[in-house]
Amino acid sequence: MPALTDLIEAGRPVEQHAPWRRAVVAPKIWNLAVEQLAAGHWSLLGLWAEPDTVHMALLDAVRDIGVISLKCAGGRYPSVGQRHPPALRLERAAADLFGLLPQGLPDTRRWLDHGQWGVSHPLAAGALAAEASAAPAHAPAMASYRFLPAEGESLHQIPVGPVHAGIIEPGHFRFTASGEIVVRLEERLGYVHKGIEGLMAGSPVERAAKLAGRTSGDSTVAYSLAFARAVEAALGVEVPLRAVWLRALMAELERLANHLGDIGAICNDAAFVLMHAHCGVLRERVLRASDAAFGHRLMRDRIVPGGVASDLSEEGTAAVRSVVTEIRQRFPHLVELYDNTASLQDRTVATGRLKPALVRQYAAGGYVGRASGREFDARRSPGYPPYDELAFDVPLLQEGDVNARVWIRIREVEQSLSLTEQILQRLPGGPIRVDVAGASVAQTGVTKTGGPCEGMALVEGFRGDILAWLRIGEGGMIECCHLRDPSWFQWPLLEAAIEGNIVADFPLCNKSFNCSYSGHDL
Amino acid sequence: MRKHLFEGLTRLPLTERPPKASQTAIDELARGLDGAARKRLGRSLSIRAVDAGSCNGCELEMHALNNAFYDVERFGIRFVASPRHADVLLVTGPVTKNMREALKWTYDATPNPKWVVALGDCGRNGGCFAGSYAVVGGVSEVLPVDLHIPGCPPSPIEILKGLLALLERVNAKTAAPRG
Ligand code: SF4
Repeated sequence: MPALTDLIEAGRPVEQHAPWRRAVVAPKIWNLAVEQLAAGHWSLLGLWAEPDTVHMALLDAVRDIGVISLKCAGGRYPSVGQRHPPALRLERAAADLFGLLPQGLPDTRRWLDHGQWGVSHPLAAGALAAEASAAPAHAPAMASYRFLPAEGESLHQIPVGPVHAGIIEPGHFRFTASGEIVVRLEERLGYVHKGIEGLMAGSPVERAAKLAGRTSGDSTVAYSLAFARAVEAALGVEVPLRAVWLRALMAELERLANHLGDIGAICNDAAFVLMHAHCGVLRERVLRASDAAFGHRLMRDRIVPGGVASDLSEEGTAAVRSVVTEIRQRFPHLVELYDNTASLQDRTVATGRLKPALVRQYAAGGYVGRASGREFDARRSPGYPPYDELAFDVPLLQEGDVNARVWIRIREVEQSLSLTEQILQRLPGGPIRVDVAGASVAQTGVTKTGGPCEGMALVEGFRGDILAWLRIGEGGMIECCHLRDPSWFQWPLLEAAIEGNIVADFPLCNKSFNCSYSGHDL
Repeated sequence: MRKHLFEGLTRLPLTERPPKASQTAIDELARGLDGAARKRLGRSLSIRAVDAGSCNGCELEMHALNNAFYDVERFGIRFVASPRHADVLLVTGPVTKNMREALKWTYDATPNPKWVVALGDCGRNGGCFAGSYAVVGGVSEVLPVDLHIPGCPPSPIEILKGLLALLERVNAKTAAPRG
């Protein structure tokens, strides 16, 4: 079994790419990597494109990370998705945006492009772009989109969305059911595609950072962190210690707020409103403490390249301490209530079971992965400061049902409480921000060797690992940036998890995954 | 379970005093709500939330309106599952082109009289996403907007202020004798 380093060394390494390496490889090496993915030895961390290149971020058996890139001669490249299904939607998305054709891809339907943009391949360059702007608008999307067939006696279809019956993000679900039993679910996403990558290209770092923080509203801290870390890696900027710790504090508060809200919401979908009410109160307390500590309930735009935008005051510290104390008091009773309510357990236990093998194949992160036996937490591995100095467990279960996903979150709430306390106890003093624009590389946007600089980061959001990759070019402008939400590898698994369950359990399954629409659609 | 219910009886309510309706919101409404058929609304407001490309931040704060602190139902404001039950469409996002059609359909499915509230900076003019090939850039590009509630996202209090302004305005109109 080759190591990822062998492949990267076999290619042409890119000069300034940090902290992990990237190499431009030949098709043969590309295919070798695909083989490793298909055989289940490696995991796919991301696949994205530029006008004439595809990139693939990989994680090998010894948890080494690297990127391989392939020049697409004639706008084509050998499809990864044909041998490794987790790449399928990523390749469809890249085809829509850049017009690159994955050769052999079994599913060539458009994914993000619903035929409404007025252009095709909006991010393509050169000839393809010219051709794109000249192309007439596509036929209306829903009418022309072919859903996969499911055939059999007395099957019926239930179309749901994009507008759902609640305060939910838009997406379309096509159920095929036999009576009450779901035999197939097919998702159609892309409704909230905002063209974030397109907006980032050519933007100053600060504007791109704002966009990154708005990729998925519930993960604004995690996205800002991923983006900032990628910028800092590219420019070789060292962030002040206090900022590093404050960032972790924000990240844990965000995780707490989301987990608390979702645990309640899952129970709510099982018609157990009491949990929802109590969890909603705790979530609100966390948001208020975050507001007191950092001046914004969701802590938006508080993490910036170079550090953090606002310092933690005495009152802020007190607010965070008191919310931790309150959750420590109240949460155990709620956990007990969850565990002892038979009617609730009846809905969550054995519902929406997701097999560990699938989770491994898709390298699913977060509670979806950890509830089905995949032990991966970006805070641990590859890891980033200050987590190397903090004590915490990564909870793991094998059952893979709704109940397991709830329990992983319960355990993570407990871990985040402890992490928050540890951070407050050991928070170092000093400055909170360095000037990124003043960094020597950024002024010119060119490294000593004369090329642009590239950076990458993998950060653990509440949903799982978020990948950020970017290149900074002349004048310190973002040349291109790709953000990969954990949901890319979780959405397809929801389709698998719902199979054989009753339609009425879909909300429960869906909420226990809580995949991001906006983060995925970008 | 019994313990929780019992506690609920003895603990003081968490619900907070309602905020004063925001003046700018009222001013905007004064211009926007000149129509006649507002009588039927009474003292309740049914809201249908439509995410037309939000980052989901605005939705989180909308959800918060239902928690025990804000408890919007006490104002007669409630979120409903269908546009056919709604008086108000609360629309978020820079309106992606992929959602424009669905947003229009939702509007068409909402019975008259109806109001459209654009929530968040995105809903106002596309916010950060304005200028993208994939967004229309603000709800008013697609629907007639009666009220904007700015913020990124607006806090629950800000949303509440805006909605209260809408209610006050609507009710004042209803109470006024018509000539
Ligand atoms: S206004 Fe802000 S919070 Fe609301 S959808 Fe837009 S970016 Fe998200």
